[in-house]
Parts: sequence; structure tokens; C-alpha cells
Amino acid sequence: MINSKVQIGLIAGVFIALGIGLTLYKAISLDLPLLPDQYREVWTVESKTSFTPTRAGAKSPVNIELKLPTAQAGWVILDEHFASSGFGFSIVEQSAGSNSVNASPNTSAARWTRQELDRPTTLYYKMQVYRASENAVLPALPVSVAEKPLLEPDQQAAMDRLLDRLHTQSSDIDSFVQLLLQEFLRDSPDQDTLFLIDAYEDDSFAVLMDVLAMADISAHQIRGIVLEDGRRRQTLSALIEVYNGQRWSVFDPSNASPGLPNNFFVWQRGNGSVLSVIGGRDSSLEFALVSNSLPAKAVVGMEQRSDKFAILDFSIYTLPVEQQGIFKGLLLIPVAALVVVFMRLLVGVKTSGTFMPILIALAFIQTTLFIGLAIFLGLIGIGLWIRSYLSHLNLLLVARVATVIIMVILLMAALAVISYKLGMDQVLTVTFFPTIIVAWTIERMSILWEEEGGHEVLIQGGGSLLVAVLAYLVMSNPLVEHLTFNFPELTLSLLGVILLLGKYTGYRLSELYRFRDMGTE
Amino acid sequence: MAKLISPFELRDLGILGMNARNISFIGRYNQRKNYRLVDNKLETKSAALSRGIPVPQLYGTIEYQFQIKDMLNTLIKGRDSFVIKPAQGSGGKGILVVVGRDGEQFIKSSGALIDEREVRRHSSNILAGLHSLGGRNDSAMIEALIDFDPVLKDYSFEGVPDIRVIVFRGVPVMAMMRCATHSSDGKANLHQGAVGVGIDIGSGQSICAVQHNRIVTQHPDTKIAFNQLQIPHWQQVLELAASCASMTGLDYLGADIVLDRQSGPMLLELNARPGLAIQVANQVGLRHRLAAAAKIADLTDNQIEKISLARQQFSQLTVATGQLSMAII
Repeated sequence: MINSKVQIGLIAGVFIALGIGLTLYKAISLDLPLLPDQYREVWTVESKTSFTPTRAGAKSPVNIELKLPTAQAGWVILDEHFASSGFGFSIVEQSAGSNSVNASPNTSAARWTRQELDRPTTLYYKMQVYRASENAVLPALPVSVAEKPLLEPDQQAAMDRLLDRLHTQSSDIDSFVQLLLQEFLRDSPDQDTLFLIDAYEDDSFAVLMDVLAMADISAHQIRGIVLEDGRRRQTLSALIEVYNGQRWSVFDPSNASPGLPNNFFVWQRGNGSVLSVIGGRDSSLEFALVSNSLPAKAVVGMEQRSDKFAILDFSIYTLPVEQQGIFKGLLLIPVAALVVVFMRLLVGVKTSGTFMPILIALAFIQTTLFIGLAIFLGLIGIGLWIRSYLSHLNLLLVARVATVIIMVILLMAALAVISYKLGMDQVLTVTFFPTIIVAWTIERMSILWEEEGGHEVLIQGGGSLLVAVLAYLVMSNPLVEHLTFNFPELTLSLLGVILLLGKYTGYRLSELYRFRDMGTE
Repeated sequence: MAKLISPFELRDLGILGMNARNISFIGRYNQRKNYRLVDNKLETKSAALSRGIPVPQLYGTIEYQFQIKDMLNTLIKGRDSFVIKPAQGSGGKGILVVVGRDGEQFIKSSGALIDEREVRRHSSNILAGLHSLGGRNDSAMIEALIDFDPVLKDYSFEGVPDIRVIVFRGVPVMAMMRCATHSSDGKANLHQGAVGVGIDIGSGQSICAVQHNRIVTQHPDTKIAFNQLQIPHWQQVLELAASCASMTGLDYLGADIVLDRQSGPMLLELNARPGLAIQVANQVGLRHRLAAAAKIADLTDNQIEKISLARQQFSQLTVATGQLSMAII
């Protein structure tokens, strides 16, 4: 029997060596970069088309057509992947002439077909895109003015007055469009505008398009996705593109600002529908988004070499996007655990609850540091105040903690509502704090206060917050994020280090202070 | 003030750190199955009684909330002083000391008056697990108040002083007296502000006193100087502590002993994870002592021999004066 110290040493050594070895192998022979600054932000976009068959069970064919994006405005599509189990699948090329409403030149669409279907189904299309250049110019399109709509006389009158007013206030087409969009964004729009919106059954976008058509301005909408990391249920948003006499320019109807937003991925230019479902109902199109910092070169390389290197088949990139996003967060937890082990065993910081700081740090990632700290201190402070009243009631422990949990939830709701009314949207992230953990923290702190006094509460509470902030700083570090996600085998090395720390019998930093009076006599 | 001591100096002094205590002593020598006997004061007491180790008299225990009213009435009837404590409390939490009566009311050790309702509420809190490890349901013990030796009277303020002896493999290695102060609220716990007085294993005389890990020369409330302290019945104290080691099966153990005026040394409670502040109170590290104690334990199994070897080897006063005189030269 080898003694346990040697055993731990051996196991930890193997883990550390394995982690570093695999990392170096991936870095050197697969060319994955170790530093995040040689990076391109690669977005993985997964579209989910869900629908319910109209006549389940019956022999009614289902035909789903999803327009596919073409790479434009500096974006490059690296990889596309379709999931279509049980469906006939084909990619249909459409040329510009085939559809007059669609202003885009050559578009393609994915077509899923099936003879019969008996339950709600989701079809997936996944692609990886990255921005090759900051030059966000969309290719030229043929100019065609839409037909003028036929309106009721009163609507026509309102439309004319609106057009008149906009024409007198604007100097050119660009300023005309901007004024028009601002008109629709105002808190209290003009009478005519309100009337038109009402007549169009609140479809302001349709009003916009018709106003532009009446003004003889060539315009169409651009459908695309606002890229936000970690979003699971993003839907398509729309921009407006108008021809101002020389070139096409883009406007964002949500804030009337010109130009293509940087985080907007164009799915389709033109007015045609993106998704058409025949033989189905309740169809929806949603997108899951994850951003990885990766060099385009490495991604392309991985595509070409994935057959040769089995190791990449087992990488996290092969998982569906949603799970990738979850693992991105999960893989950071071991790093935070190392911070806790380090602070407690080597520094000797007292925390309330061993791993509570990690959960608080995870909440900080969602809320950002300072807002998170403010919310957390607020919750704990008010919670302690309420809890001090509860201790007079002399309740049994389980009932007391349950009461505190409910109190915390009500507090969070109150905080969210009040701050939202005051216009402080950031405080809405209060929901990311783990309720049960906050409640237990309040309970522990309160007992500590009664038994040891406020001094000890400050020491342990301060210690927990210090560790939480450190864990947050480490977890939000781009290098750490990059390494844990791209080289998950480094977690093995972390494990090795933690095992070694578990056998550390040396002094803690705090003991150098605690025993400072030794040897002075 | 915030000067740090270098880790090398600490190692030379033989100071035992928290990590080393947890891994090399508690983890290595104390089996978890033996903790139960120590963590539950009722079990400690019955085990001690069956071995003839003196303990404070137990008037009775209350286990269920509905018993509180009747039990309290019968148990404290006709008694002027008593102590109510949780059987599984830790760190001196939840101990109510009644030293006398004033009509219908009770006098606490601090002199404050409480009525019977207050005593019942305290008992109810104990049963609900307010003071126990992990908030488990607990039972309340009602014990005789220690009438402690008058020699020690002025060393403790509004509380009973106790003597903590660390026993390693049946060999007493280090001892200190813990004196309650006003800031510790009558409790004998060092982290709550009690004074720890290092006691020489060889002679039972005081070595040095600390409060909040800093050296003090006199009691902050009673102003008595600590350098004249001599613990009576010292040999008996050490024998009592050593016999607890074989009783519990724990090789690294802290025994808390009180000196009763009539009955002499009594076992108050045991601790499987004794703290490290005793090193500051003794101005000496535990490591060298523990190594020497291991040699003594290898040498003999006889308890009396272990104690006499320990008293010879760990006698600190002559060595300390030697160091002092050297420092003066």
C-alpha cells in the first residue's frame, strides 16, 4: 500500500500532465491558438422551425421552405448543417426573376418535405458565421418602386397630410425617412399617424412601407437577427432599406438611426416571407445564438481535418448550440472552485457557506459587478432586517427558512418592479440571484449575528463577498473563458492542482497574522 | 501593528497551522465514528460516569417541546442554581447559567434577572436546534452549577473558568485555563473574548496570558495578575484528561475540565477539533510537543508513566526563564 501522499501526488501529476499535454497537442498540431487576442468572433446561429401538422395522422403532405441567408455586409458563412430526420430535404435555388416581390438577386431556400406527419415537429438549421470585414456595405439591388396602395378616402387624406408635413420638413430622401421613423417612435404621434396605425390594425411596419410607396421612394425590409451571446429564443427583427437616388441606405425602425447595426446579421433583403409552411399551423421561427472567440483559420481547419483527428469529434463544438452555451458557463465553475480552495486553504479567508461565493459570482456574471454587489447587499440587508423580526416570533427552523425564501422572492419582485418604473433596467437582472442561497445566507448571517455579534458577520460576509468578487473577476477574464471553453482538458489540470492543495499542510496567510505574537517573548 | 510573522519562523517555533491540524492530526488520528460520543454531551457524560470519571451532576434532560413546562417545574423546584445547555451545542452556545433566585425570578451569572417564561423559551429554542451543529433537533440538559474552586475565583469574570488540556495518544501535551471576561459575556471561549492562560504541563503554573490573540498580563475586568496562578490538583487534572483519550478512542483530543470546590477536577466536555489558540497562550508550538508525545506513547502504554514523562519533558518554566535570560544577555 503506497501512502496516501504519494498516491495523491501521482494522481495529481497524471491529471496535470494529461491536461497540459492535450492542450499543447491541440495548440501545436491542430493550430488552436492559446491566446484570445488572435481571435475572430464566430457566431453559431441555430434556427429552429417549429410547427404543428394541420391534419395529424391523415395523408396530408407537409412542405416547409426556409429562405437561407446569403453572406453579405462583410459576413462569411463558415459551415452549414441541416437536421431533418424523416424528411425529404433539398436546397432550392431561386433566381431574381422568379419572384418579383423578392428584391434579392439569387437566394436559396431549404425545403423539407414529408408525406404525412402526426406530431408537432422542430427542424434545425445551424450555421457558423463570422465577420470578415467591418465594411458593412450591402450589394446593389435593382430599384423598383412598390405599387401604391389603394386607400379609403379618409385614410388617403391622412396619408396626404402626413406626406405634406414630412416633405416640408425634410431636405432629401434620407432625412425624409428619418423624420418618418421618428414620427412613429414618438410617445404621442400626430393625429394622422395615429389614425393610420389604427386603420392598419397596429401594424406600424405596414404603414411605414405604404407611406414610402406613396412618396415614390423605393424601399423594402431587411430581415435578420440581432446577435446577442447566449440568447436561446431570438426572433427575426426587421430593418428598412430605401433607395435615396444614388444608393441604398439602411434604417433601424426601432430607434430611427441610419446604417446597418454592427450586431445585425442579415437573413434576407426584400419583402418576401422567410418561412413558408404548407400543411402545418402555429409555425414559429426562433434562433439560438452562441458566440465563440475563435480564429477563422482554426475553424476552417477543423472542418477539413475533423476526420483525421478523432479528438475534435469529442470536442464541445459538436454539441447543439444551446448545450454549448451551457457548457461555456459550466466549465468556468471549476476555476471558481479553485479560487475558493485557494482563498480558504492558503489565505484563510472565512466565508459563510463553502461554495456560496461561487453561486454569487455566477449571478454577478449576469448582472455585472457593481450592480450585482449593490443588489446583493440590498437583498441581504433588508433580509436581515426582516429576519430580526422573525426571530422574535420563535418559529421552528424549517418554517423560518421557508419564510425567508418567500421574503426574498417578494423582495426581488419589489426591487424589479420599482427599479423598472424608475427606468433602471439593469436592476431587472436581480432574477439571476439564486433565491435559496440568498435565503440561507440571510439565515446563517442572522444566527451568526445573534451568537457572535456583528463583528463576525462583517468578517464572514466580507470574506464571502471578497471571494465572490475574485471568482467573478477570474471567470469573466477573456483568457480564462477562452481556455476553459476551447481546452476543456485543462479542467483535469485544475483537478490535479486542487487535489494537491487538499494535501497542503503549510500555514495559511491569515495564520501569519494570527500568530504574530509568537516568539516575541 | 499589522506586522506578519514569517512562515519559516513559525515552522521553527513548531506552530501547528489549521491545515496541518486538519490533515495530519484530526484527519489521521480521529476516526469519524468516534465523534458522536464527543459531540453529544449526554453521551459523553454517561460514558464518563460508567468509567468513574467525575462530571457535574445531571438533574435531567428535556427531549420534547411538550415536556418543557412540567419537566422544568420538577427539575428546578427547590434548586437555587442550575445550568441549562444544549446536548449538541458547540462553542459554548446556548448555555444559560442561573446562579440564584430573587423571589419568583432567576438571577443569571451576569446578575440580570429573568422570569420563568424566559427560561422556558430558552429551553424551547434549544430543542428546536437553534444552538446545535447544523440546526438539528436537540435535547436540553439541566445540570448542577459548578461551585468552582475559590483559588480561581478572581481569574474569571461572571463565568466558570475551565482548563483545556490537549491530549495526544494518551499523553497530555499542552494546557491552558480559559477565563471568562465581560467582553466574552461570561463564556470561556477565546474567539468570543475570553482570556487564555497557558499552563505549564510540568507544574500547573501559568506561563502567559492572551486575549484576542494578543498578550495580556492581567485580567481585563478583575485586574488580577496572571503570573501567580497555580492550578490546584494538577496531577489529577492531567490524569482525568488522559483517561478521556481511552474512553473516546480519539487520539487527538481537547478535554475541558473544571475544578469543583468539593469534588475536585470534573470533566465538563470534550472536543474532537480543539483550537490552535492554546499555542499563543503557551507561547510555544504544538508540533515539537506532539512529536515528543508520539515517542512517549510508543515507549509505554501505562497512563501514569505517560503523564510523568510528559510532566518531565514538557516542563516549560525553566526553559522559558533560560530563554528569557538569554534574551536579556
